[in-house]
Amino acid sequence: MKIDIDQDYHRRKKAAQRIAFVIFRSAAFINGIALFIILYFMVANGWQAISWEFLTRPPVDSMTRGGILPCIIGTFALSFGAIIAALPIGIASAIYLNEYATQGRAIRIIRLGVTSLAGVPSVVFGLFGLAFFVVILKMGVSIMAGALTLGVMSLPVIIGATEEALKAVPNTFREASLGLGATKWQTIWRIVLPAALPGILTGSILGLSRAAGETAPIMFTGAVFFTPKLPQSLFDEVMALPYHIYVLATAGTNIEETRHLQYGTALVLIALVLGMNVIAIFYRSRLRRRLTG
Amino acid sequence: MKKTATTRNLTERWMRLFFFLVALTSLTALFLITVFLIKEGLPIFKTVSVREFIFGQYWYPTSDPPDFGIFPLIVASLLVTLFSGLIAVPLGIMTAIYIAEMASARVSEIVKPMVELLAALPSVVIGFFGMVLVAPFLQRVFGVPTGLNMFNASLMLAFMSIPTICSISEDAIHSVPAALKEASIALGASHLQTLVRVILPAAISGISTAVILGLSRAIGETMVVLMVAGGAAMIPRSLFDPVRPMPASIAAEMAEAPLGSEHYYALFATGIVLFIMTLSFNIIADYLSHKYRRVGEASL
Repeated sequence: MKIDIDQDYHRRKKAAQRIAFVIFRSAAFINGIALFIILYFMVANGWQAISWEFLTRPPVDSMTRGGILPCIIGTFALSFGAIIAALPIGIASAIYLNEYATQGRAIRIIRLGVTSLAGVPSVVFGLFGLAFFVVILKMGVSIMAGALTLGVMSLPVIIGATEEALKAVPNTFREASLGLGATKWQTIWRIVLPAALPGILTGSILGLSRAAGETAPIMFTGAVFFTPKLPQSLFDEVMALPYHIYVLATAGTNIEETRHLQYGTALVLIALVLGMNVIAIFYRSRLRRRLTG
Repeated sequence: MKKTATTRNLTERWMRLFFFLVALTSLTALFLITVFLIKEGLPIFKTVSVREFIFGQYWYPTSDPPDFGIFPLIVASLLVTLFSGLIAVPLGIMTAIYIAEMASARVSEIVKPMVELLAALPSVVIGFFGMVLVAPFLQRVFGVPTGLNMFNASLMLAFMSIPTICSISEDAIHSVPAALKEASIALGASHLQTLVRVILPAAISGISTAVILGLSRAIGETMVVLMVAGGAAMIPRSLFDPVRPMPASIAAEMAEAPLGSEHYYALFATGIVLFIMTLSFNIIADYLSHKYRRVGEASL
């Protein structure tokens, strides 16, 4: 009799587990499906718009025809500017946090600062960039102001990635170098940083892709609705891919008629951003294999 | 010999100071953000009181006389965040469980990058997708007057916060000591029982951090709510009513608000409210992840 109960209990236990695991698995697949649906519709509707002309010509006829060259250039200028500004500061911050800092209140506060900065809404970065870079520092709506705003926003991403790369460098490397009489800075510069470089690079690619895809921080600081000329200096305003999509989709002269341009621009942006991410992810998994294997 | 040693020590000390100062940049940036939001936001309170601003029912910043009440915007932000959380929290945690506990190494090599790519999609693309594809679909299926509404916005936001919730939860589940799991299995518990009664309770602090950071991402997300929430500054009566969350209002109106006008100040003040909300989310998350961090196996 007792054995019967046990078997029944075991059967129910197994059934419950099977059902629960099916649910977990479906949850994981919903993400994949969502990603697939978004990509599918963007590619299916966007690829016809892509042509050599689309990529190399400026928009014409109040943005109802023509290409997106100024937006591509603008997005490159803004995101590379952001990374150039944020990378040295981000790497140095991570070096301090990971190599120099000891446990304590100061570190706790700096770390809290980094995570809080990561949590600041993108539109608030936009407000800050407008009030500080555009107005107070008198940069105007420009590549400079937009790139610096994006740079501040990318800082936590770069710090996080660099810290992870530094943590992955085995402690024996450091001990060996210090044991040979090298100073801490010599150890960091000649041993730790070279070993962490690939990881840092991966992190900066991710930071770059995030900066390229952001819209809200550049709406008031760097990007404009339309500008006929390509930027000549850092203090020129630019068009940018994400903002162009938003403008065409919500405020264009003829929203329905320019739909193919909107899909096309979105597809270019997706290709750019996801391309960078795929490179980073591949590179990182190869790195991990090398470190563990 | 002695001299070089002193120089070396000196360089060391300078380097340390240099890196410390650079590390303060993030804090400085956070400080500057606070200062400028306050500087540009406070002047609105010469015109309306804090109470009228936060609990005022009407947001008509461009009418004459203007109304600066952001209560509908706050409610909209909280509601889209809540509804997106109802979708994203279970999905995100279950995906994390799948990756951390069930999937083979090979499958998780595929599923994990997929979640990361979902996170990498630019918000404007998700907004665009919600606008041109999901909105007409909702309109047809539910027979609602507009597909640009709170439900659509919550759905899109959910898929933006899932990656955050999933990856942090997964880390938390991974860091539960294997010995706990082994002990539970050895006592005859099934994998599911182990998961529910041992692993998840042990990982709860990490998972709550994940949930809060995910919600924080949803409440601050701008482009999605700007493009798909519908934009009506009123308190919604149904899930399918259009709303105007705070970030949408700021992003949409900043371009029209003349520098130094009341409207401009009001938008910065809205930014302050938003900033305070996300900042407190982050501080709570930080507190939780430190307070309930279980060290080793002995603490269970």
